Amino acid sequence: MTDATLNGDGGRPNGSLTTQDDRTKARNRAETRFKAYGLAAILVGIFFLVVLAVSIIRSGSPAFTRTVVDVEFTLSQSEFEAAEEELFKTKAYQSLFISTLKGQLDERGVEVAFDEAAIERLLGKVGGTIREFYTANPDKLGEPVQFELPASSRVDGYFNGRVTRESIQDSRFLMKADLDLVDVLHDAGIMKSSFNWTFITGADAGVDNPGGAGIGASVVGSFFMMLVVLVLSLPIGVAASIYLEEFAPQNRFTDLIEVNISNLAAVPSIVFGILGLAVFIQFMHLPQSAPLVGGLVLTLMTLPTIIISTRASLKAVPPSIRDAALGVGASRMQAVFHHVLPLAMPGILTGTIIGLAQALGETAPLLLIGMVGFVARGYPEGIAAGFTDPNSAMPAQIYTWAARADAGFYEKAWGGIIILLAFLLTMNIIAIILRRRFERRW
Amino acid sequence: MTYAKITTSALALMAVSATAAAARDNVQVAGSSTVLPYASIVAELFGENTDFPTPVVESGGSSAGLKRFCEGVGENTIDVANASRAIREKEIKACAENGVTDIIEVRIGYDGIVFASQQSGPDFTAFEPSDIFNAIGATVLKDGALVENPHNNWAEFNADLPDAEIAMFIPGTKHGTREVFEDKVLLKGCEDTGAMKAMMDGGMSEDDAEDACLDVRQDGKSVDIDGDYTETLARIDANTNGIGVFGLAFYENNTDKLKVATMGGIAPSTETIASGEYPVSRPLFFYVKKAHIGVIPGLKEYTQFFVADEIAGPGGPLANYGLVADPELAETQAAIEAEEIMGGGS
Repeated sequence: MTDATLNGDGGRPNGSLTTQDDRTKARNRAETRFKAYGLAAILVGIFFLVVLAVSIIRSGSPAFTRTVVDVEFTLSQSEFEAAEEELFKTKAYQSLFISTLKGQLDERGVEVAFDEAAIERLLGKVGGTIREFYTANPDKLGEPVQFELPASSRVDGYFNGRVTRESIQDSRFLMKADLDLVDVLHDAGIMKSSFNWTFITGADAGVDNPGGAGIGASVVGSFFMMLVVLVLSLPIGVAASIYLEEFAPQNRFTDLIEVNISNLAAVPSIVFGILGLAVFIQFMHLPQSAPLVGGLVLTLMTLPTIIISTRASLKAVPPSIRDAALGVGASRMQAVFHHVLPLAMPGILTGTIIGLAQALGETAPLLLIGMVGFVARGYPEGIAAGFTDPNSAMPAQIYTWAARADAGFYEKAWGGIIILLAFLLTMNIIAIILRRRFERRW
Repeated sequence: MTYAKITTSALALMAVSATAAAARDNVQVAGSSTVLPYASIVAELFGENTDFPTPVVESGGSSAGLKRFCEGVGENTIDVANASRAIREKEIKACAENGVTDIIEVRIGYDGIVFASQQSGPDFTAFEPSDIFNAIGATVLKDGALVENPHNNWAEFNADLPDAEIAMFIPGTKHGTREVFEDKVLLKGCEDTGAMKAMMDGGMSEDDAEDACLDVRQDGKSVDIDGDYTETLARIDANTNGIGVFGLAFYENNTDKLKVATMGGIAPSTETIASGEYPVSRPLFFYVKKAHIGVIPGLKEYTQFFVADEIAGPGGPLANYGLVADPELAETQAAIEAEEIMGGGS
């Protein structure tokens, strides 16, 4: 600019408008560079997202299939009664199943040398499933029943490439020669891969039984926890925000409350776990490992998030709406509940769903109230039991599996992450749809 | 009005569930992460084989478990504490202060502690406790004098060991495994190398010298792992020369990734540990509150089921997973039958 005025003829220093001077070029270059940085940042972000997604899907997909042995099995009444006499009943069923399978293989004239111990190494823990079936269906005793029962985790790993003949060299859980038998069984169609419904619907299993472990029960645990969080934190959070935003006088006391709410939102979640242990379990004597307590703890954690987002959406409603309502004679409560709150609802719901999604993925507070560990209960009987019976939650279940020695559980942990992510994604999509459909701009 | 209704029904629901919760019907267990795998196997089988609900087993370490165990008597406290070491005098006292006086001690078997390195790393075949002490002790004896640990390389003090940098991953202090590691390896190594004698000659009392023997160097060559064995495994995976301390069962489940080191020339296995040839092993315990027997359904049955011959004996599922069966299991069973408490009596 100064150059131009100093230049006597009043024109551009270098003549033409169409040719750029050095400074313009420099500014344009800076802009191009900045765009490149921005693009690079986005690309780095996308790169990590892709790496994460690929590694999760690759490590987690084996959890959704499992190797099963498909065998026709007949249990007589007397065998059933004899097995029920034992202390270790499931072991008795396991042995009966193994001898049946051995008999069938002998009949086929399998060329590979094998014995009952080898078959036992190939099988997962099958006794529990068999006992459960026959105690539920005593009329099937004496009839042939087709069973699809899980193979051991190493046989599973052999089919998805985790286990090779070299890698089990020093293992005493599966011998090299056993894999020859596995090949024979696979060719004969007795051993095959199938979709692992147990993983979707089952409960946790012991550390020696990865084939029987599932995430279903902990999904139910998470569901009951989220129910508690929703039922408690939404009304409390909305009531608190409406009071603070619309009715409360501006003074030192409300300022203090506001500062505290903002601070609470930044408190590490483990602190809420300690609080939950001290207040809900030790003082109020609520049950340990219960989704009810988990939900209460997560409610405390979610409340600040909901209050902050609700206040923001209440603030976003223009004052003219309130003024108009008050102007035609509405009371302040009517103005809030008939006009302001409905307009703020999409924002409130979005905030709530995001708060719930955050609570759904939280493990740390659950550590201290006994929801992390071996909590294999299956499905609760009824609604009240769902709140109070010991149960795990999805992230806690994943954490537990990741710490187990058997590599089969490591796959299960990744598979669990896929399911957890699917839930989180669904919740976030619902939040986006709500915002898109009902949001209004002024 | 509707808000009032919702709030009332929510409160009513909570009240109902709170009363329903008054009677706990499952056994609640917490403690050692070494015992956790065995306890979870037993818990699953107990649920499958009896009409009692599956017990809940939490992890967290022996000390944390015993601390919760000693919080008091009542349904909101745990029934059983798993521990990979015996309960300490101090803990018994803390228990007694909170009214937990009658404790039944149950020994379930033995666990070997193994040293293992990466499958593709150098071979560590000639370990003695003294080597471990020389590698990670805070103060060691070098050329007849006590010095701050100067060793960077295994070959520096034992020519039989590979020329590899020292990197050990040992259990953190909240683990029961640490205590056994200190007793059977560090202290033994301290005595064997003569460092302890040198310390006592230097004017230390025996207790002080023992404490000094257990000090671990803090320069990063030895790392305390407070998490589970999977964390140690991840560290070993990332470090060719790393040596980690594991339980035998964990190692046997991961033979494809880990290579075991011998101790005193003996490779660890259930046989060598049972015979006592492999020196680094320890008993595993759990502790039961006698006051809860008869109150919590299934507690005594769970305890009996755990140590039954079919479960904890040789060839049972626990031995299969890597527990070394206790030769005196029959005595334990009899003690549980009679509900014998610690310190005699019943």
